[in-house]
Amino acid sequence: VADPTDAPAESSARRTALEARDRARFEEEALSHADQLYRVARRLGGSETEAEELLQEAYLRAFRSWRSFTPGTNLAAWLATILRNAHLDALRRRSRRPTTEPIDEKGDYYLYNRLAEDAPEPQQDVVERLSGEAIVESLAALPPVFREVVVLVDIGDFSYADAAEILGVPIGTVMSRLYRGRRLLKGSLAERHEDGAA
Amino acid sequence: VSAVDPCTAAEECVQPYLDRALSADERVAVERHLERCAYCRKRYEFEVALRLVVRRCSCENPPPGLVERLRSRCCDHDA
Repeated sequence: VADPTDAPAESSARRTALEARDRARFEEEALSHADQLYRVARRLGGSETEAEELLQEAYLRAFRSWRSFTPGTNLAAWLATILRNAHLDALRRRSRRPTTEPIDEKGDYYLYNRLAEDAPEPQQDVVERLSGEAIVESLAALPPVFREVVVLVDIGDFSYADAAEILGVPIGTVMSRLYRGRRLLKGSLAERHEDGAA
Repeated sequence: VSAVDPCTAAEECVQPYLDRALSADERVAVERHLERCAYCRKRYEFEVALRLVVRRCSCENPPPGLVERLRSRCCDHDA
């Protein structure tokens, strides 16, 4: 039978070792989501450097409070929540306050109709008439409240439920913002296309 | 999909259809309409292609060595 007086010291050392092991595992698992989070960071706004700084800040915060993560829940969504908060803090610091100027919202077929009416053969790949640059710019020009949901779902591959958790809003809000955000994106692409063609 | 104007109804359903957010009945109604209506089908195919293009254009690869840098700057090596 072990001497009961040795138990506290021994178990505390063991606890520290176990904790270090758990933390190292947590860190590696968290880092396995870096590519997905980078895509989100890059499209939330900012240059490559800013995206990497944002990601670094998010990982620092996540590792500092790693114990507050509930094992078995969605780690990528948890990290994305931290990333988004870090992004909002950075915006506040730079006082680049998110603006929400209204943009005209068009129907779902609007972009196709505008692109198709330009050429005699709408059968050919109409989507090829959009430039990659126009897409990136249009996405960046979306009001932040719509951009973040489009970025999370359409680019970051997060589900509606994940996006709702990350943004702290009901799932219905995610769906309506996504719906409006995609329409605004298409409206903006149509405008850019017309400007370019003019 | 209501009885108003089938193409307007389909236009409203294309996004939720692509998101798999419609009920089974609604899904079948959209599919039936798309089979019959070349006008909507073209626009539906465009939406599918557009999603792929937006994704392709927006998903650049992370800079080389990103994970290694994050590991060395953020991980707790003393633990």
